[in-house]
Amino acid sequence: MSAYEPVIGVEIHVQLSTRTKMFCGCELSFGDPPNTHTCPVCLAHPGVLPVVNEEAVRRALLIGLALGCEIAPRSIFHRKNYFYPDLPKAYQISQFDIPICGRGEFRALREDGSELLVGITRAHLEEDAAKLTHAGGRRAGAAESVVDFNRGGTPLVEIVTEPDLRSPSDVALFLRQLRQTLLFLGVSDCSMEEGSMRADANVSIRPVGSHEYGTKTELKNMNSFRFLERGIEAEIARQEEIVGAGGRVSQETVHYEPDTGHITSLRSKEESHDYRYFPEPDLVPIAPDPAWVEELRAGLPELPLPLRRRMVGEMGLSAEDAEVLTEGPELVVYFLEAAALADPKACANWIRGELRAQLREAGVEPWQSKVTPAHVAALVGLLDAGTVTVPAAKEVMAEVIVSGEDPADVVESKGLGAMDEGDLAAVVAEIVAANPDQAQQLRDGKNKVIGFFVGQTMKRTGGRADPQSVQRLVREAVRGD
Amino acid sequence: MIDDETVRHVARLARLRLSPDEEQVMREELSGILEHIDAIRAMDLDGVPPTTHVITLENVVRPDVPVSGLTRDEALREAAHATDEGFGVPRMD
Repeated sequence: MSAYEPVIGVEIHVQLSTRTKMFCGCELSFGDPPNTHTCPVCLAHPGVLPVVNEEAVRRALLIGLALGCEIAPRSIFHRKNYFYPDLPKAYQISQFDIPICGRGEFRALREDGSELLVGITRAHLEEDAAKLTHAGGRRAGAAESVVDFNRGGTPLVEIVTEPDLRSPSDVALFLRQLRQTLLFLGVSDCSMEEGSMRADANVSIRPVGSHEYGTKTELKNMNSFRFLERGIEAEIARQEEIVGAGGRVSQETVHYEPDTGHITSLRSKEESHDYRYFPEPDLVPIAPDPAWVEELRAGLPELPLPLRRRMVGEMGLSAEDAEVLTEGPELVVYFLEAAALADPKACANWIRGELRAQLREAGVEPWQSKVTPAHVAALVGLLDAGTVTVPAAKEVMAEVIVSGEDPADVVESKGLGAMDEGDLAAVVAEIVAANPDQAQQLRDGKNKVIGFFVGQTMKRTGGRADPQSVQRLVREAVRGD
Repeated sequence: MIDDETVRHVARLARLRLSPDEEQVMREELSGILEHIDAIRAMDLDGVPPTTHVITLENVVRPDVPVSGLTRDEALREAAHATDEGFGVPRMD
């Protein structure tokens, strides 16, 4: 047990998947050729004026409402001043002391069923910077970087948490479930890899039992939850070593190298945080109509946490089932449709298990496949009624994946219905009679041999036999010899 | 009057390199602006709410509908230094 307790807060940048940028009508794009989505506003030509994208405001409000934030009756934009080539105006339009979404909280569910409560400090609107690339090496004469302004001006919501997190694994859990919530809201693609969701962590340590905060460092821009978790672990270890040796942690921005596991300092100049915020004179305040806010609140989808509780409490799913199935909004809708028609636990097992496994090769998700939720429910119903065996059901599913035919029709046309006990007993008896050596081994107590008989029987019956019945019948047949 | 160090700090933030003469001019001009603020500070402003905007408009927004902008050639035409695809700047990594 360490003598120190980590104290962690996170800042999450979420790119909104609107059609256009935050302050101009340029279309958002990912992967288009550089500098093909720009205009005088996002290139900061002289004399241009920004105009707020209403859809970005709507999405920021949805995020705030889902996080239980106080919605500011009137919020304003500020200029955050700094010089860098990815920021053509030399300031970023952001929000400062009156963000659109104020205090809120987020509840995440740990695997053991306990709840993780994370205070939300704020969620505000701002614009993304452009993208700098350093590829291409050094050109004749001047060493240079190249700026692509396609991303410049993309609407961002920055979510800031209280320093409520106490372990790297809780940070990862919180971020994963926050991401799910954002996906359910449909406000962002939330792709860590593509950078549409980015997280920074503020990390400090303090002696266990202390209520003071230690000096924090900022761990920047990790592009996966796992790396962020590992990076925080490494940073905590680094700080413990410094403090344990009687040193002091200095306030700085650090970077985690996933390849080496090392923390490096991006020792920034002292004035780099001197952003000289002041109110943006080119934009008037945002004062959302309370009736609109209430309409948005009423229209929020069922969010992952209450949904997971319902799945475990009312549908008999495991916590793991619930977590997997609430991974994204499409899968949830798919599952809920199936679960409304057949036993939810069985539907969960088939969707998570066999269906996804069979679809994986084609790289297709259940909701994109020819297998409808009603098909899954029908298959579960056929199994329940004993009409098909589990191996046959898998075969039926494979067929439905290809043809989109109704499972009952597939059973009929392919003759995949379960064999009745009498026919099966006859097949087993034949196989036992044809393999006297193996039968003797089984009689002598070599139980492994049962697998041979089951395999033979399944082969002969084309999977239409229930393996457990086969085992029972083989033992009966061997005894009866 | 602000001191020289403050002038140099602000110049650094603005990525400006000032000669000693220019520093002196800036020191006087910036001090003049601050004195103006001091004049406002000296007034009795109890009960006057902070004002960020002098117009009373709110919620000036646009619909989320794409508008065509510049072609890449147009965008890069005014650049001090451009590559085939983008704006060239001093190496940043």
